[in-house]
Amino acid sequence: MTPAMPASEGLELDALSDRLLAPVFRPARGLGWLLLATGAGSLTLFVAVAYTVLVGIGAWGNDIPVAWAFAIVNFVWWIGIGHAGTFISAILLLLEQPWRTSLNRIAEGMTLFALVQAGLMPLLHLGRPWFFYWLVPYPATMRLWPQFMSSLTWDVAAVSTYTIVSILFWYLGLVPDLAVARDRARTLVARRAYGVFALGWRGSATQHRHHRVAQMLLAGLATPLVLSVHSIVSMDFAIAKLPGWHSTIFPPYFVAGAIFSGFAMVLTLVLPLRRAYRLHAFIGPRHLDAMAKMLLCVGLIVAYSYAAEAFVALRTPDPYEHEMAAVTRPRGPYAPLYWLMLACNVLVPQILWSARARRSPLVLWVVALFVQIGMWTERFVVVVTSQHRDFLPSSWETYRPSLVDGAILFGTLCFFSFLFLLMVRFVPFLPIAEQKELVHDAHVPL
Amino acid sequence: MTRTYLCEFGSVADCERGIVAFRDLGARNLEAYLPFRSPRIEAALAGKRSPLPLWTLLSGIVGALAAYGILYFTQNVDYPLDVGGRPTHAVAAYVPITFETTMLFASVAAFAGALVLCGLPRLHHPIFTVPGFERASVDRFFVTFEHDGTEHGEPIVAVATECGALRAVPVNLEEGAS
Repeated sequence: MTPAMPASEGLELDALSDRLLAPVFRPARGLGWLLLATGAGSLTLFVAVAYTVLVGIGAWGNDIPVAWAFAIVNFVWWIGIGHAGTFISAILLLLEQPWRTSLNRIAEGMTLFALVQAGLMPLLHLGRPWFFYWLVPYPATMRLWPQFMSSLTWDVAAVSTYTIVSILFWYLGLVPDLAVARDRARTLVARRAYGVFALGWRGSATQHRHHRVAQMLLAGLATPLVLSVHSIVSMDFAIAKLPGWHSTIFPPYFVAGAIFSGFAMVLTLVLPLRRAYRLHAFIGPRHLDAMAKMLLCVGLIVAYSYAAEAFVALRTPDPYEHEMAAVTRPRGPYAPLYWLMLACNVLVPQILWSARARRSPLVLWVVALFVQIGMWTERFVVVVTSQHRDFLPSSWETYRPSLVDGAILFGTLCFFSFLFLLMVRFVPFLPIAEQKELVHDAHVPL
Repeated sequence: MTRTYLCEFGSVADCERGIVAFRDLGARNLEAYLPFRSPRIEAALAGKRSPLPLWTLLSGIVGALAAYGILYFTQNVDYPLDVGGRPTHAVAAYVPITFETTMLFASVAAFAGALVLCGLPRLHHPIFTVPGFERASVDRFFVTFEHDGTEHGEPIVAVATECGALRAVPVNLEEGAS
């Protein structure tokens, strides 16, 4: 790919700064209403969480044997969404893919806000969330330590590390651009606020040099990290002996699924944003094309994982595993969800083989929505279907989510959107310094 | 008499030429301020190698040792729990937490190290008092340096103009100057 950004051709640096800062200083009309609506929707989450904490997780639809249900489905889904952000900002930075520049801040922000929703889930699922610190080793008076053979403690390490590293990476990249916002702000309050968060960035060559080194280091660290996080999440399942869970394919299968759903979420967010702020110059057909190809490619890996999982299960001498793949999933009570998952994740993305479809924002947006639904369904199939019919038919039980389960899922969607819109309102979500570097490299002869 | 000068340029190329010319003139403590990273200006300034990668590596190693140490101590020394005869020192089960802690320590060190090396946070710096400096983050390139020159810095101004500088003025960057 050529590094040229069709984008900013002919724009002078000061005009480019103002153009990239426009969403912050001249917010789109209707943004306030959207913030209000999503903020009100977030109240659903807070009410549902408060109710869960007061009543206990009996408020949910979980039963025995389906002891893990919506909370874990949501956890895996949200944390998966986060993965594309790190993928775009870290892995594509290391691979020197310049098209990522326009998208990386949006994607990183999305990662952070998805992690907020994800982190909430296992915390609530603990039942007594106020004892969450029992999961970290601290010198307790009873001289007890957490059981580190348990994958629950691995999750704590993985998710908290991932959250902290994501925040650091996002903020480090943001500092020079907050300084531009500080220097271009028209009101004293804005200047002070951006000034504080810019930490006094002066833009000296020394600062740029260390900043760049740190960014590359964090990208290098975030790359194996992002692959490890969903691998560890998948081990929650894979180390259990349950048919449908106990499989070595889980880590790569989960990572591919995570990046798949994450790219779909990036598209879901970026396409309306591009339209509202007329960012066609920065997020052009080439970006859409690249994103669509990524979606298609990762989708094929996911499809392959489904095939491999089913193949191994059907060929195994283990009758329970065989039953899960041959009967319970395709023909059991949750069969419609299984087929919905295959339709959304395997069938629908195939339209992206067409170059015209890849360049059509509407088609992409619809495909992305299908993928999101499909990926949420996939997690439901993995988590719930595997549990509801295990070894003994006497212990089989059908799972039905409660209203509180629904409220939490709806609430996290609203809260996520609310946080994302807050970022769109106050944070320069198009990288300014990096964009200028690209423009400069592309247009100034050496 | 040593004075600090500030020159303003409109492009990377002019700025780079200026840096080379000022150094030939005997300038010390050269520093450039620019809106985006430029490898050419960094090369002209000939900065030292960043100690950040080494610092990050060492922190990562410390993180790995700390995590594995805590796992080993809690599971084998202080509170060994026999679960069906399984080994308490199970290396494979220690991998995830050790790996994550390594990454955590290394990342925090890289971030904190970058802040320290950049001299941040420091909300006010005397250079912010220079009129027009706010364009350093937008579209202008500034160079500061110290020079033992004449009272009015004639050679500096001449060289700067030759390199395409928009202005070249002596400034006071002492703490507390305004």
